Amino acid sequence: MQSEVIISGFGGQGTLYAGQVYAYAAMDEGKHVTWIPSYGPEMRGGTANCTVVISDEEIGSPGALHPRAVIALNLPSLDKYEPLVAPGGFLIVNESMVNHEPTRTDIHWLMIPANKIAQELGNERAANMILLGALEGNMKALPEDALERALVVHTAERLRKFVDLNIEALHRGAEYKVD
Amino acid sequence: MALELIKGNVAVAETALRVGLVSYFGYPITPQTELLEHLSARMPELGRAFVQAESELGAINMVYGAACTGFRTMTSSSSPGVSLMQEGLSYISGTELPAVIVNVVRGGPGLGNIAPSQADYTQMVHGGGHGEYHLIVLAPSSVQEAVDLTALAFDLAEKYRMVVCILMDGYLGQMMEPVELPPFAPLRSEAPDWAVGAKHPEGERVVLTSININPPMQEIFNVKMMSRWQQIEKDEVRYKGYYLDDAEYVVVGFGTAGRIALSSVRAARAKGIKVGLLRPITVSPFPVEALDNLVSGKKGFLVVEMNNGQMLDDVSAIVAKRVPIHFYGRMGGMVPYPDEIDAAIDEMIHSDHDVNRDARGVWLAKMRELVGTGA
Repeated sequence: MQSEVIISGFGGQGTLYAGQVYAYAAMDEGKHVTWIPSYGPEMRGGTANCTVVISDEEIGSPGALHPRAVIALNLPSLDKYEPLVAPGGFLIVNESMVNHEPTRTDIHWLMIPANKIAQELGNERAANMILLGALEGNMKALPEDALERALVVHTAERLRKFVDLNIEALHRGAEYKVD
Repeated sequence: MALELIKGNVAVAETALRVGLVSYFGYPITPQTELLEHLSARMPELGRAFVQAESELGAINMVYGAACTGFRTMTSSSSPGVSLMQEGLSYISGTELPAVIVNVVRGGPGLGNIAPSQADYTQMVHGGGHGEYHLIVLAPSSVQEAVDLTALAFDLAEKYRMVVCILMDGYLGQMMEPVELPPFAPLRSEAPDWAVGAKHPEGERVVLTSININPPMQEIFNVKMMSRWQQIEKDEVRYKGYYLDDAEYVVVGFGTAGRIALSSVRAARAKGIKVGLLRPITVSPFPVEALDNLVSGKKGFLVVEMNNGQMLDDVSAIVAKRVPIHFYGRMGGMVPYPDEIDAAIDEMIHSDHDVNRDARGVWLAKMRELVGTGA
């Protein structure tokens, strides 16, 4: 089984970090995993994305044209990636930053007001973890609680004060279920 | 041992430290900069030499000097910077010195861009500097392989007293994967007997130079170097095969292109197509015999690269029109998706199996349609 995930948004929304948390969790579960950022001119234009591939066997391509899942943190990401999600895949949208819903009927999608929920939790920057929790809660590429264990183990010392907040954010996201 | 999730650039740098790197000389350039950045912090911590040179020309000549001491030294750069180092690579080779150079290749020619590319294959494999010398060129396709080949590069450089290149691309440099790093090895305690610092009881001085002003002496030296290279061609070839046992078709790709092709080979296998993958790990020396042994009974070869078909020429020379060859490449910093290679495999199995087909011409015609000519 292989899952390709693209996490895309503006620079500063924590897209690369969310991908790293997913990659750490996959590594700790003994999976093969790759994390690759967009590092070219498009990053300097304001959008940032990363691709995470989680697999049970040696991973071929670290990039995917038709990923199994996309987390779209802003409108340009929704418009760019909605057509590309593989049929049967997942599209998790940050409702706080877009003005329309997805239209596809052959994928699972969720609209989550991640910025609003993150504000309720006390830090708007936790929106990325809410959306990551929502994706993994539905796609289940990893065993339960793998993401929060990864946060506990791998969060850098200077950021440890955010671990509880991020775990709470994962849980709030996971409360959203696709039909 | 615990796995760590790190970038390819950082993995190479940390491995070099652990296997005994004593001095590093370099100049920052994307997409290689994290390698230099990591060493700029770690080398001073360990009391070792890190020098950010005034340019790539300075860096490679500092490596030349450091290599004369026989202690482990390296540099790293990306395509335009490595072009500047070619003169130095020829001098180091002509002086029979061990050194490691990492080229994290980016889109070109010229200043080009910072996206991943394999367009420096010919430069590194067939010599970008003057004179007849060879580099051993190692082409990892994953971060773990980059770790393993970095350790190997220093061993081979010392074993054969020559320059070993680690040929990566921006994708491998920027990608994170779980790796197991080697344990710290003790540093060499004394200079080897050929080095400038070696102790010789009679007080004779070691002279290291690439000057051979007398042509007959130069020719003798070149015969020695060439004989050594032939031995390396016998002993140091490395490659990995996937699904080759019953393959009717073979995809050949190295580095990032090779691993992307693996996705396509698996997809084709899932459709019942008997296709395998040969992934050269040493692109110099090239796995000539392994490829040659695969030719008999095959229906087609597909070479996949992130360049204009540079390895294609080497593969074509070996296959020698016994089997039709196909090519798919992206240039200028573009990375193929497996979907594109899926299509190229599909075209191969539905082609008319003409051994004289013009693989590059057919591909280029397709590229003109796909991306245009800018005209």
